[in-house]
Amino acid sequence: MSTEILMPALSPTMTEGNLSKWLIKKGDNVKAGDLIAEIETDKATMEVEAVDEGVVLDLLFKEGDANIPVNKAIAIIGNPNEKVEVKKEAPIEKVIEEKKIEKSIKTKIENKKSDIIDTPSPKIEEDRNLSSEEITMRQALRDTMAEEMRKDNKVFILGEEVAEYQGAYKVTQGLLQEFGKERVLDTPISEHGFTGLAVGAAFKGLRPILEFMTFNFSMQAIDQIINSAAKTLYMSGGQINCPIVFRGPNGAAAQVAAQHSQDFSSWYSQVPGLKVIAPSTPYNAKGLLRSAILDPNPVIFLENEILYGLKGPVNNDINFSIPIGKANIEKEGKDLTIVTYSIMLQKSKEAALRLKDEYNIDTEIIDLQTLRPLDTETILNSVKKTNRLITVEESWPFGSVGSEIVNIVQRDAFDFLDSPVIKVNSADVPMPYALSLEKLYLPQVDDIINAAKKVSYIK
Amino acid sequence: MKKLQKADYIKMYSFMLKIRRFEERAAQLYGMGKIGGFCHLYIGQEAVVVGILMTIDKNDSVVTTYRDHGHMIARGLDPKRIMAELTGREDGYSAGKGGSMHMFSKENNFYGGHGIVGAQVPIGTGIAFTHKYNGEKNICRTYIGDGAMNNGQVFEAFNLASLWKLPVLYIIENNKYGMGTSVDRAAAGLDLYKRGEAFGIPGEKVDGMNVFSVIEAADKAGKYVREGNGPYIIEVQTYRYRGHSMSDPAKYRTKEELDNYKQTDPIEIVKAEILKKKIATNDEIEKINKNTLEEIKNAAEFATNSPFPKDSELYTDVYL
Repeated sequence: MSTEILMPALSPTMTEGNLSKWLIKKGDNVKAGDLIAEIETDKATMEVEAVDEGVVLDLLFKEGDANIPVNKAIAIIGNPNEKVEVKKEAPIEKVIEEKKIEKSIKTKIENKKSDIIDTPSPKIEEDRNLSSEEITMRQALRDTMAEEMRKDNKVFILGEEVAEYQGAYKVTQGLLQEFGKERVLDTPISEHGFTGLAVGAAFKGLRPILEFMTFNFSMQAIDQIINSAAKTLYMSGGQINCPIVFRGPNGAAAQVAAQHSQDFSSWYSQVPGLKVIAPSTPYNAKGLLRSAILDPNPVIFLENEILYGLKGPVNNDINFSIPIGKANIEKEGKDLTIVTYSIMLQKSKEAALRLKDEYNIDTEIIDLQTLRPLDTETILNSVKKTNRLITVEESWPFGSVGSEIVNIVQRDAFDFLDSPVIKVNSADVPMPYALSLEKLYLPQVDDIINAAKKVSYIK
Repeated sequence: MKKLQKADYIKMYSFMLKIRRFEERAAQLYGMGKIGGFCHLYIGQEAVVVGILMTIDKNDSVVTTYRDHGHMIARGLDPKRIMAELTGREDGYSAGKGGSMHMFSKENNFYGGHGIVGAQVPIGTGIAFTHKYNGEKNICRTYIGDGAMNNGQVFEAFNLASLWKLPVLYIIENNKYGMGTSVDRAAAGLDLYKRGEAFGIPGEKVDGMNVFSVIEAADKAGKYVREGNGPYIIEVQTYRYRGHSMSDPAKYRTKEELDNYKQTDPIEIVKAEILKKKIATNDEIEKINKNTLEEIKNAAEFATNSPFPKDSELYTDVYL
């Protein structure tokens, strides 16, 4: 049997090469790994090795021959006692054909609906197991972590100051005492390292809850979150999942200025492979954090420092959860839809009260709860009813969660809109320190009211 | 250290040869346009992973860089499916979604295959954390290229591993170049194995062209780590014959340097030892050579005939 040695592509862009030098001659016995020729490419001169064995039966080009197309036979090796047969099939075309197939796979991109669990978000006003006592958001978060740690030994928590200090914002208070230092681990100030470590632990089957003291510091670890946690299930063909929760306060606190006041909701929501949650009350914080801990995928859980002290009733059932991917209709209304999440829910509710009192506008408020996967159905149904929409969020305006909602609504509910959609965001600048400027930076109730008036054509 | 048996010598030779033949064939398929993207070959470095292989427990974990084909073969994975991943086909270890740099086999405790320089180091440390957390006696072997030894997260991982006494063995494969930059142009201080000293991690330098030296060091280091003493670093001095990736013209080094290393070819060293010790005859070695060539040829055939992933696969495996 004879084998052709083909002109190899020695770089992804090479289409032809020059034969600088033969390192073999007719009649030589070639073994796998032997150098056979020097080929000059568009970048350099490189040596080529044999991968097949046999006697060199023919050299089809001579030294100095130029512009030999990639995949053209340059030599034939084989058993000298057999007849030389040059295959007619042109392998170059075959390659091109295969590339076409690849392309067809990639161009066929349609928006696939995310796999949303089809149970609605439970409603607090209909919840029969509601506690009579009101607790803070930080207690709700702590209780949920403790409940899940009691149920499953694989759940552990790590982060800066989560153990002995009892949490920089006291969210992990008491956990060290109950679960010990093997399961509640203080880390050094080393986000990139301990995030990678937690991701590795999740690959191996543990269920880490990783606290970022604030999400501002998650930028130190962003490579591990995006390139390792979010992508490995896909890159491994579904073999290796990453059941981890990244949680901590996100967005502005009070006068901590540019480096400590950033909202990352739209950054994370852009990434396939991550789920992103932003609770707004103790009630949904509890239900959503449980779903996040139980989820087999990496979940970004965006809390808000100012909301940590917010009190409210909760459902104390240790199995109570709120499905990921379901928005909550916080308040029903008929004139206008506000889509919001996290701390802006509170401001939207204030605005709704004033809109009713001052302008007789009946507002429907949707609290997204989950940002990815986004509950587009609830948003669209509401817009189809009210015909007017504003989005309210703390993140910067460019490419925000609201921007994506605008895209979806104009695409799927264009004919239902009575006015353009308006987005209410923070100012498009780094967060200033001065109290007066900070207030200007953040969306305020008046901004929401002005936007609502505008989409309602009220001067 | 356990004395090497005759079968061990044959195993080492076979695995090293299999890796080399595989890589040569991968280069050929790349040249034919059957493999795309980046493709980093392991030719010249075979003694490193095969030496480590001789000391491994099957429940130990492994995590490595993007130069991972040889590591997978040494882990006992099927060359057919490795090659099918390189050609981006449905039978590949990642079903065609990972490619050369991103291959995994959870059932064989092989955790990649990582494309970002240095990222595998905290990850391997986390896998070791899990072994300890679960009370297992296993260790995680975490391979690091010399290029990654100047990457911050590596030192964050060293600190955590030593602080928490994690069962992780760090293996620095020093092949002298991070892409085209030689170690002396990238690292202030050439003794990479000493870079754990500040964290209290012992380190050792080993000749990586000689599989017997690698085995000895790996055995000692593995025991240290398995006994719960915390991490250990071995720096294996090796050399890649080929460029950093397929498109590397290797202008940053001389032909003499390369030829010089080829004089101490790791496979030839084992072969010479086998002949000297009369473990196998020349004919028997020829038989291994022939079978290996055949096996890899079949792998290439399999990998070019396996179907491309179905269109519907585009949207699977994003979430579990």
